[in-house]
Amino acid sequence: MELLLWLIPLLPLAGFLVLAVAGARLPKAGVAVVGAGSVGLAALTAALLAALFYNAGSDPVIARLGPWFRAGDLSADFTLYLDQLAVIMTLVITGVGFLIHAFSTEFMADEADYRRYFAYLNLFVAAMLMLVLADNLVLLFLGWEGVGLCSYLLIGYWHRDPANGYAARKAFVVTRIGDVALLLGLFLLFVELGEFSIQPLLAGAPLYFESGAARMELIAFLILGGAVGKSAQLPLQVWLPDAMAGPSPVSALIHAATMVTAGVYLIARLHPLFELAPVAQMMVALVGLATLLVAAWAALSQRDIKRILAYSTISQIGYMFLALGVGAWGAAIFHLVTHAFFKALLFLGAGRVIEHMHHEHDIFRMGGLRRVMPFTFGVFLAGAASLAAVPWLTAGFYSKDQILLAAAGAPELGTLLFAGGVIGALMTAFYSFRLVFTVFFGEPVTQEREHAGWRIQAPLALLGVLSIAGGLIPLPLEQVFPDHHASHALGLVLLAAGVALAGIALAWWTHGRRRPTGETANWPLWRRGLDRWQASGLGFDAVYGVLVETPFNTTARALRGEIVDRAVALVIAVNQGLNALTARLQNGRIRHYALGVVLGVLALLIPVVWL
Amino acid sequence: MTTIPLEHALMLAAILFALGVAGVLMRRNIVFVLMSLEIVLNATGLAFVAAGMRWGEPDGQVMFVFVLTLAAAEVTVALALMLQAVKHYGTLDLDILRRMRN
Amino acid sequence: MTLMALIALPLLAAPLVWWLGRDNPGRAGVLALIAVLADLALALTLFTAGGDAEPWLQRWQVDWIPRFGIQILLAVDGLGLLMVLLTLGLGAAAILASLSEIRERPGFYYFHMLLAIAGTLGVFLALDLFLFFFFWELMLVPMYFLISVWGHEDRDRAAIKFFIFTQASGLVMLLAILGLVWAHHADSGELTFSYFALLEAGLDPQFAFWLMLGFFLAFTVKLPMVPLHTWLPDAHTQAPTGGSVLLAGVLLKTGGYGLLRFVVPIFPEASAAFAPVALWLGAAGVLYGAVLAFGQEDVKRLVAYSSVSHMGFVLMGVFALNIQAWQGTVLQMLAHGLTTGALFVIAGLIQHHFHTRDMKRLGGLWHRLPRLGVMAMFFAVASLGMPGLANFVGEFLILVGSFRADAVVTAVAALGLIGAAVYSLILIQRVFQGPETETTASGISLDRRERFLLGALAVPVVVLGLVPQPVMDLAAPALAVLESLMPSGVLP
Repeated sequence: MELLLWLIPLLPLAGFLVLAVAGARLPKAGVAVVGAGSVGLAALTAALLAALFYNAGSDPVIARLGPWFRAGDLSADFTLYLDQLAVIMTLVITGVGFLIHAFSTEFMADEADYRRYFAYLNLFVAAMLMLVLADNLVLLFLGWEGVGLCSYLLIGYWHRDPANGYAARKAFVVTRIGDVALLLGLFLLFVELGEFSIQPLLAGAPLYFESGAARMELIAFLILGGAVGKSAQLPLQVWLPDAMAGPSPVSALIHAATMVTAGVYLIARLHPLFELAPVAQMMVALVGLATLLVAAWAALSQRDIKRILAYSTISQIGYMFLALGVGAWGAAIFHLVTHAFFKALLFLGAGRVIEHMHHEHDIFRMGGLRRVMPFTFGVFLAGAASLAAVPWLTAGFYSKDQILLAAAGAPELGTLLFAGGVIGALMTAFYSFRLVFTVFFGEPVTQEREHAGWRIQAPLALLGVLSIAGGLIPLPLEQVFPDHHASHALGLVLLAAGVALAGIALAWWTHGRRRPTGETANWPLWRRGLDRWQASGLGFDAVYGVLVETPFNTTARALRGEIVDRAVALVIAVNQGLNALTARLQNGRIRHYALGVVLGVLALLIPVVWL
Repeated sequence: MTTIPLEHALMLAAILFALGVAGVLMRRNIVFVLMSLEIVLNATGLAFVAAGMRWGEPDGQVMFVFVLTLAAAEVTVALALMLQAVKHYGTLDLDILRRMRN
Repeated sequence: MTLMALIALPLLAAPLVWWLGRDNPGRAGVLALIAVLADLALALTLFTAGGDAEPWLQRWQVDWIPRFGIQILLAVDGLGLLMVLLTLGLGAAAILASLSEIRERPGFYYFHMLLAIAGTLGVFLALDLFLFFFFWELMLVPMYFLISVWGHEDRDRAAIKFFIFTQASGLVMLLAILGLVWAHHADSGELTFSYFALLEAGLDPQFAFWLMLGFFLAFTVKLPMVPLHTWLPDAHTQAPTGGSVLLAGVLLKTGGYGLLRFVVPIFPEASAAFAPVALWLGAAGVLYGAVLAFGQEDVKRLVAYSSVSHMGFVLMGVFALNIQAWQGTVLQMLAHGLTTGALFVIAGLIQHHFHTRDMKRLGGLWHRLPRLGVMAMFFAVASLGMPGLANFVGEFLILVGSFRADAVVTAVAALGLIGAAVYSLILIQRVFQGPETETTASGISLDRRERFLLGALAVPVVVLGLVPQPVMDLAAPALAVLESLMPSGVLP
């Protein structure tokens, strides 16, 4: 089992190495086989391992490969750890990952740089698996940074356009701000507890810290900082909408299903620490609440199909944070899983739509695609329904319901959290179906029928099924998380269900029955201003531009001339001045020289004679 | 034979030396500067000889021979340079020759 | 004896290469390469060296000027051996990088190259302080010529600046050495420059602090530490590629090595007292270097300022005064040598092929030279501290160690990691991505030697990133000695 466990991340890594080193000699088909095949094998291995794992009574598996580095009392080893949480994450990553790889083999077939795409994608899967399987926090950080790097590489995949490069760098740098916070949190943990291994840390922390100890709160806040960066939560959410510059399957895999949920995984994995830090945990809930509302609000006015989905992703991860903040760890992971299914599906579907519309992203220039793209419409509808949490039918309903009920049952601020979640759910349902109605209903803008091979259809169909029925998959987590008693009031369930339906009805009212053109020119000024503010993601970019980017650039430009060098230049100038002064003495008048000699001799002699 | 006291000899040497230095500093004509230098050298030579007499050592006279040799060599080179200077510039005035610098 | 041979080999080969290769660039380069590789092979035999007293692997000494207690005393421990291997490895890389670039007076060029290598080896091996100073100076002169003769457009100014900075700081070190020897003589009556004897010197704390500052100044000018760094951007930018590789990869390390070898063990109390200041200076270097690197328009200047930032971590690592930070310092020095050396090779290739280092005129190189793009991306990513590659292990250990010493300053320095991401990625963006420009539109490709060179530098970066333990074990005994010398109560 240990060997199998190591095989899971090493298979995609091997795929990456083969593509990177020998890929130039492979034909496109070969690249596809290596790229998708390595992840497929990893998925099979993961499934086999999961079966063995559950059969063996869900006991954690530890697989040691060897030391990484050790110095003094510090040690970081290549050790993997598989428990119920890691099994679920591994299955989602390899499973959804494989489907997206398979989809990509056909979807990206026209790309010249096919090999680079699959190499990056394989490296990403390997790093993501490392992240969720790591036994110690340093190895986790390896995966953590690795996925960030792959995200950067894939957002900037079409790097001829500088805008893509900018989006890629923005994603990397903004998440790195969080990473630094996380790193400091790890250091503080190490200094306090002398350990980087996760399980001993989790076991040792309650013995060492009292609940609410200042240091414990600080550690939890720093870890939250890392999670906020990676998972695009307030206030570091600004990178994700721009990250849509990458290919759509990349958005599906990295910026919807897996990497952006790494922050949720991290907090869930380290939940005993947050249980010891009630203030920080409340902060998790509040961050989640604020994010889900802000992002949903911003999603209402987006016109770019991928940006709608991006804001929706931010918002949905906000729900997961909300769940984490109220201690409903299992509900957060549940929503993570269902979200991975339906959001991956939606991004892949959006990619299909964009391709069909010849790289048009604006939903108001689309319409009636239901007739020409029936298959895509079908699966997209399943995904959108799940996102909107259509009651009792979809996976998204069950997972979101759990979160809302948990929020309602929270000991503090329960009403606020629940109310916020419900308002978010209303907006979610509205923007999901605003998208569906605008793109797929109305008069067709094109008569071209869609073509899709089985490598595109099969993954979409599977994800469609999972988006609907995924809520029925049992997620055993009882060994990892403590029991959580959520409220089960039927009234709250009905309220949540009603809100989702109301949102869809509202969307039909505004965007289905009527067909707004998206033209804003004849809107009143306040509405245009509001629209623009919403569309810009509430102006965070502009604020950060003024507060961070401009000062940094100005400082860098101002310092380019090297202030320190001025001091050196001063020394040089003084020397040159002295030189000019003394050079004047050498004027060619021999008698002056002779006079100098005489005066010098006298100056030397006089003291000798007198003293 | 009465010996000349050392003080007198040194006094004479000092006067000669001062005269020589004054000449070097004040004359503009190279020939006079050179002659003044000779006076300076001979003043030191005189001081050496007088000191040698006083201690009954030959060292003073040996040094004088050195000084003479030096003076001879110096005059040779300097006169040669002077000839060239006259040939090229037609003057022996130091302040005019100073322009050679550029 | 091996130790003497190690220094003598490049020293003797230098005039030979000069003479045989005076008008044949290929022959001169190959001969110099052979000399350095032979030396590298010789250095590898040190692994099997019969042990001296722990932690020393080998020691060799003869009298030189017995009247003043000056010996030729050479010794090597794990730390020294790692530095020697780095010097020879990067020396070979620097020569390889010069092969196509140096056309003028090739024999003379490689003569200086070998002299600089010999001087650096001497610095890493000499344990008589007088001899150490001798090699310290020997290292500078050929470097000065490498910059001023074969450098780029503003080479004279850069070379003189380099020389004056290092010379002035060398003078301070000489005074400190003499002061130390004198104090030891006054204390014990024995006149000696031997490191081992001076380790035992009983010093007046006040005086020791000033002596420590003298050494500190000399080593941190070399490191360099902000605000004594301004020679570095000029020298690195103006030097020919091989010179930049040698400067960044090896010469800067003599500063870090000197701090670890001399400052901390000879003046443990004074170092501990000074550590808070040094930590802040290191953090200032990390941030200042990062911000300035971002502001540059010149590829080589950008990489040069990234050196300032990385070496700020080294300074922090030394003065965190604990084992993790010291291990990190050693790794960071090795990693920085490899990655920055490689980045200078890449910058040199760009200059060689496109005749400019101005990023405003570069762009889209990836489309022309995908292999170079991949390699540049690799080293840029290594340089920004990606886990799994060498720099991460060094920076991580340094930060853990300095966090133990002072959490606040570490938090400030950790911001440098964000800065590293900013400047590394802007380099990639402006040179390799985006549309092609007029300058970069011409079609060229890398030859096999260039590909081999970059590949050969990439391999140890990965190895050090994934299996740094053997290297750490090699350095461990030397660092354990440092730990044992620290006054109690300093180590957390």
